[in-house]
Amino acid sequence: METILGRYKNLIVLAVILFAQIIALAVQVRRPGQDGETRLIRVWAIGIVTPFEKAVVHTQNWFHDKWTGYLYLRGVRNENAQLRAEIERMNLEQARVNEDAKMARRIQTLLAFKEQYVESTIAAQVIGTSGSEQSRVLYIDKGSDDGIKPDMAVITPTGIVGKVVQVSRGSAQVLPINDQLSGVGAALKDSRLQGILKGAPNGTTTLQYIMSDEPVKPGEQVITSGGDRIFPKGLPVGSVASVEPGKDLFLNIRVIPSSRLDKLEEVLVITKVDYKLPDTKDLGPIRASDILSERLPGLPASQGVEAAGNAITQPGALNTPAGTAASTRSGTARPTTPPATPGQTPTTRPATPATAGAAKPSMTATPTTGATSTTKPAVTLTQPVPRKPVTAPPNGANQPATTQSPTTEAPARKPPATAPNAVPQEPPAAQPQPSEVPPR
Amino acid sequence: MPFRGSYTSREQVAVYEFNLLVVVFVPLVAILVQSFVSAKLRWLAIIDLPMMVVIFFAVARRNPISGCITGAIIGLLQDSLGGPAHPIGMYGITDTIIGYAASSIGMKIDVENPGTRFLMTYVFLVVHEAVYFGVGHGLLRQPLQWSWSHVAIAGLANAIVGVFVYQFLDRFKQS
Repeated sequence: METILGRYKNLIVLAVILFAQIIALAVQVRRPGQDGETRLIRVWAIGIVTPFEKAVVHTQNWFHDKWTGYLYLRGVRNENAQLRAEIERMNLEQARVNEDAKMARRIQTLLAFKEQYVESTIAAQVIGTSGSEQSRVLYIDKGSDDGIKPDMAVITPTGIVGKVVQVSRGSAQVLPINDQLSGVGAALKDSRLQGILKGAPNGTTTLQYIMSDEPVKPGEQVITSGGDRIFPKGLPVGSVASVEPGKDLFLNIRVIPSSRLDKLEEVLVITKVDYKLPDTKDLGPIRASDILSERLPGLPASQGVEAAGNAITQPGALNTPAGTAASTRSGTARPTTPPATPGQTPTTRPATPATAGAAKPSMTATPTTGATSTTKPAVTLTQPVPRKPVTAPPNGANQPATTQSPTTEAPARKPPATAPNAVPQEPPAAQPQPSEVPPR
Repeated sequence: MPFRGSYTSREQVAVYEFNLLVVVFVPLVAILVQSFVSAKLRWLAIIDLPMMVVIFFAVARRNPISGCITGAIIGLLQDSLGGPAHPIGMYGITDTIIGYAASSIGMKIDVENPGTRFLMTYVFLVVHEAVYFGVGHGLLRQPLQWSWSHVAIAGLANAIVGVFVYQFLDRFKQS
């Protein structure tokens, strides 16, 4: 025994040191599972123990099934009838619960719109990195003493950098967006397609989970979507460098970050983000489509107006896109876009009372005036529509308003916006053209 | 006085000792330089100074147990800078194996020659990358990618730098 220990002393020491480190690794590493993350040592222990347990349990179950399934069947017929009745009752209840859930989602959508505003930042200097190729973490010279906390967003004036992951008193560790374990909610600025920006071991960043049939062009700007609850919505992320078909029906979109992540010297840590509800004071009841049309970042005010211009309001309610509240708060609707060409009559008419039944509490901006809604199918809005608060006649029927002539209504028959956040692609055209339905 | 000549038996192998300050500060400085330089020039992260220090101490002492422990300590220090996404122990395991292998090789061949050092560093870098990839990808299921071209270039760069680093560190040897 002593001879063996002496002969293999070096190997034994090596094995002991390696074993200790592997156990230490297994204790600290967590592997994502169905019920959250589990320590690797548990996974390994479970992997060793469970086969034996499974064998015992399966054997036990086999005997139990044979007994209960073939030998002991007393009362099964009655129980079966009871269960059938129970299923019927549950089906009815499920239908009711589904309806309740849909309604709850609609209300939640209407009520929970919030915008984020960067309120305060702290400037910090990059003082080091992890020093390894696999990990791209950075160290900054501000820590908990300066108010830095984990999960704070780190940006530069040109774009986002990453998020704070660990904080000590005088420094903090930042996980940049090009680290392989980083993930940022991002969206394409023009097409509004949302995906997840992920880093790769070689330091590149790719926008993932965009379907391969979506039209994405190189050069398109990428912004934060706000979905990760780390970065406020609308911050510049980078631009699309290349688009290639990836696997699993998704595009492989390589993104060049706006910030020079390899030459960072100073960064800003967002220490406070202010959440603000949309300003709906004095605007009366508004529709979800109106709120959504206000949330479109980077959209010129006039286009935002036009996107939501076709929404029908309840009596006294006005369309209230951003930038036009002042013009609509007087209670009288005024034309916000002049007629495009000579001979084309203005499409804006005086507001007239509408019946309650004319207003449709729907998320889609669907016109409810009879001539428009009954003759045109709902398609995606590709051209801006002049804003016009249209009202329904007092009898509730879908008829044109009395102050409106049929000849002047025709140019205003634009296809309604089917999606609440539909973005007008071009400025108003001189003459309404047949709307094309883009892929997205 | 350093040993010169061919190595044919264990008795002929020169074993060196180091001052305690050197043992403590050289790895710390290597890790500090690695972290600082990588922050300024990202591509310099391809150079693995801590691994070179492990190889140097292991080869000079020619004691596998000492090599293991030196590798483990330097690797764990390197791990501790890797952030929360980097499990502590990956470099520890890798450098432990490198330390053991380097000290074992140091007992058998002449490792004072620059050419031998060049080859040795190149091979150990490849082993280092392979073990790191094996631990990270195979054991921990981390999303690591293996690239032969990258490993080849990294090996070449480390081998070249290593020759000069070893030459610099030779002055701290004590017979």
